[in-house]
Amino acid sequence: MADISSNFLGIKSPNPFWLASAPPTDKKYNVLRAFEAGWGGVVWKTLGSQVKNVSSRYSAVDFNGGRVMGFNNIELISDRPLDINLKEIKECIKLFPDRAMIVSLMADNDKKSWHDIIKKVEDTGAHGLELNFGCPHGMTERGMGAAVGQDPEIACMVVEWVMEVAKIPVITKLTPNVHSVVPTGRSVVKAGTNALSLINTIQSVTGIDLDTLVPNPNVGGKSVFGGYCGPAVKPIALKMLTTIAQDTLTKKVPISGIGGISTWKDAVEFMLLGASNVQVCTAAMKHGFRIVEDMCEGLNNWMDEKGFKKLDDFIGKSVSNITHWEDLDINYHIIARINQDKCIHCGLCYIACEDTSHQSINLEYGKPYNTYTIKEEECVGCNLCKLVCPVDDCITMEEHRVAPEYLNWIEYQKRGLPLNDH
Amino acid sequence: MAIINNRLTTAQYEANFADIHPPYESITAAKVDAHRCLFCYDAPCTKSCPTSIDVPKFIKQITTENIKGSAHTIFSSNIMGAGCSQVCPVEKLCEGACVYNLLEEKAIPIAKLQRYSTEKAMENNWQLFKRKPSVGRRVAIVGAGPAGLSCAHTLSKEGIDVTIYEKESKGGGLMTYGIAAYKVTPRFCEEEVDYILSIGGIEVKYNQELGKTISLAELKRNFDAVYLGMGVGVARQLDIPGEKLEGVVDAIQFIYDIRTKGYPSVSVGDKVAVIGMGMTAIDAATQAKRLGAQEVTMIYRRTREEMSCTQHELDIAMLDGCEVIWLAAPKKVKGSNGKVKQLVCSIMKLGEPDASGRRAPVDTGETFSLDVDMVIKAAGQVPFEKLVKKYKLDNKNGKLVIDKNCATNIKGVFAGGDAVNGGKEVVDAVQAGKDGAKAILSYIRVK
Repeated sequence: MADISSNFLGIKSPNPFWLASAPPTDKKYNVLRAFEAGWGGVVWKTLGSQVKNVSSRYSAVDFNGGRVMGFNNIELISDRPLDINLKEIKECIKLFPDRAMIVSLMADNDKKSWHDIIKKVEDTGAHGLELNFGCPHGMTERGMGAAVGQDPEIACMVVEWVMEVAKIPVITKLTPNVHSVVPTGRSVVKAGTNALSLINTIQSVTGIDLDTLVPNPNVGGKSVFGGYCGPAVKPIALKMLTTIAQDTLTKKVPISGIGGISTWKDAVEFMLLGASNVQVCTAAMKHGFRIVEDMCEGLNNWMDEKGFKKLDDFIGKSVSNITHWEDLDINYHIIARINQDKCIHCGLCYIACEDTSHQSINLEYGKPYNTYTIKEEECVGCNLCKLVCPVDDCITMEEHRVAPEYLNWIEYQKRGLPLNDH
Repeated sequence: MAIINNRLTTAQYEANFADIHPPYESITAAKVDAHRCLFCYDAPCTKSCPTSIDVPKFIKQITTENIKGSAHTIFSSNIMGAGCSQVCPVEKLCEGACVYNLLEEKAIPIAKLQRYSTEKAMENNWQLFKRKPSVGRRVAIVGAGPAGLSCAHTLSKEGIDVTIYEKESKGGGLMTYGIAAYKVTPRFCEEEVDYILSIGGIEVKYNQELGKTISLAELKRNFDAVYLGMGVGVARQLDIPGEKLEGVVDAIQFIYDIRTKGYPSVSVGDKVAVIGMGMTAIDAATQAKRLGAQEVTMIYRRTREEMSCTQHELDIAMLDGCEVIWLAAPKKVKGSNGKVKQLVCSIMKLGEPDASGRRAPVDTGETFSLDVDMVIKAAGQVPFEKLVKKYKLDNKNGKLVIDKNCATNIKGVFAGGDAVNGGKEVVDAVQAGKDGAKAILSYIRVK
């Protein structure tokens, strides 16, 4: 059995799965249930100035029969009194001393407010702080949340205030509602943050009710932009994570990965791209805390199969596999092959290639089953047919190198090799 | 042993004749199945449908909750798409060709999905087709069955004024009169006919039979073209001794009675033999059992390999408790006091392939007897040979002969459906009606 225990800035947890700052972590009742279910840690829902929430608060995007491919919310930070939150945090730590307790914070935009709240939170015995610089709705209008995270200078200033007093590790959570997360990331690392976490939710409109014409979620006939999360945002989160993991400055601090993580596989992908641990929310909101069981078991089995003894053995292993386009090997060439024994003659590969790609699939009419074969000389190796094929391993991409040696685009140009070969 | 009616309680009749393939109860349920559809290109299901319904499209339209569009897609190809969704032997047509079969996965329930969209259309009386203004041409159609209705609807859309002559008092043909009640109810058939006719421009004259109350000459004289879609007639005679005994009945008549008189009124024996192994034989056997017969034995002169019903249909009969005796041909019906007492059968073996390509049954000379009080003949139906010959219509053993333009040897007289093919599925007749209409339209235009 592999060791899946996690050490994030000295904050230990039995596994790398934390619940992200959100409704599932806003009170003792839920947090105890989460710990009982096996979660490694929680980031307590953001504390700060008193707010008032509205109804309704959530909406979702369904896809091809599956519910909640994407999810958005317009909920604000915790609307429970600060002293009750602090008391409950303390109680949870006492009951589950082996779990990580991080508290998310979003104070008013002045030094004193930040100093006051940090001191109060540290008194609970919490293990770390997460600065919410990402909330994209409600708080931004008051100069907080994403309004801080979108401006590297303001973010830097706030982190400096925090670091003046913080005795426990500080994680700064980045907003994705920027053209690049790197400037703010660099700015807060310079200001002394101990770690980064990303991404927060993405501003969104999930859809419109076609009867009432009111977008979702509907609050008395009106809506606002909500923060988008769930499986739909994972690819965007992975990209942003990679830019932080590759930047010379930001890569020096640990990263907590967030954004659409629903399974152990998702978690492994975040960790391969540099996240030391991960935070989960939407998947738990859809299925309950019990999902952590398979996350732990799946991660463990995968590590055993791959021979990884501990998390550090694979964290960051894929970061260097994302490179610049100019460095890709132009002589690498693959051609699709359709296994006729596996083919079920659905024609999806054909119509995708014929209508939208490179017309590289041959159709031989049959009744009722057509036969589809690859025109090898036309195939550019784009993967589209393989991606749309409903049968596992029916279409495989086979390597047919143009030439044995590595050749990149810069060298290709230098040699004056021909363009437009397709 | 006796042939009696009213064997069961009302509740038993209701349970025995309840819908064998219940519909979806919500759009959510329909969408779960619809989402499994792969949306195949040049789809095998469509190619296996005699009317070429664009199956992936209508299923996709269910997933987008465009049910009106879905129904339009179905009805554009098959105006009896609602009925066909309940009576088609889909296991050998669309669903049998579903690519999931090749993955050893359950095929998409195409018929059930088709029923969902088409029933919604009928329930809401969505008028999905608009008839063009009348072009002042008139076409007479003989028979308001699937072929005739399909032909009429296609013609009416193009502004042709259609008059249908139907010998029964209701439309729908064998759909209404010749199919097991647990597959499709008489009431549904009536609603379907009404829905088809709601396009307008089609007048149906009921209780009008060609050769009796109307003549072909009259139709030819009064209309620009005539379409013969009168189907086939009575069950094939066995031509064996004892066939006239009380208790020997025609499957078509038996099913007709079930559909027209109500279950308690229809008499059935204690021990019933059903001759044949086609769809009608299955419908007769299962319904005899469901009416309260104690034993039902199906007699077929060939084997399972050659049977014309599908395995799915045979399973229904077997699950109803019907027995099957393969390689047995009726030789004689024995009786006493004019009533059936025993069926004597020859034991057959398979010989060389016959004209149908199936191995022909050959008499071994050995026989066996079954004690029965009722014999239902379902060994196929025979065409209206006398009628056809009377009008000097080219035919093959009574089956009308048409050219590639659906035309008979008499100018302006077209034909299709069972009257031509001798008896196939409803869906085949619908396509024949479409083909006939197309041919008539081009005939009228050049005339």
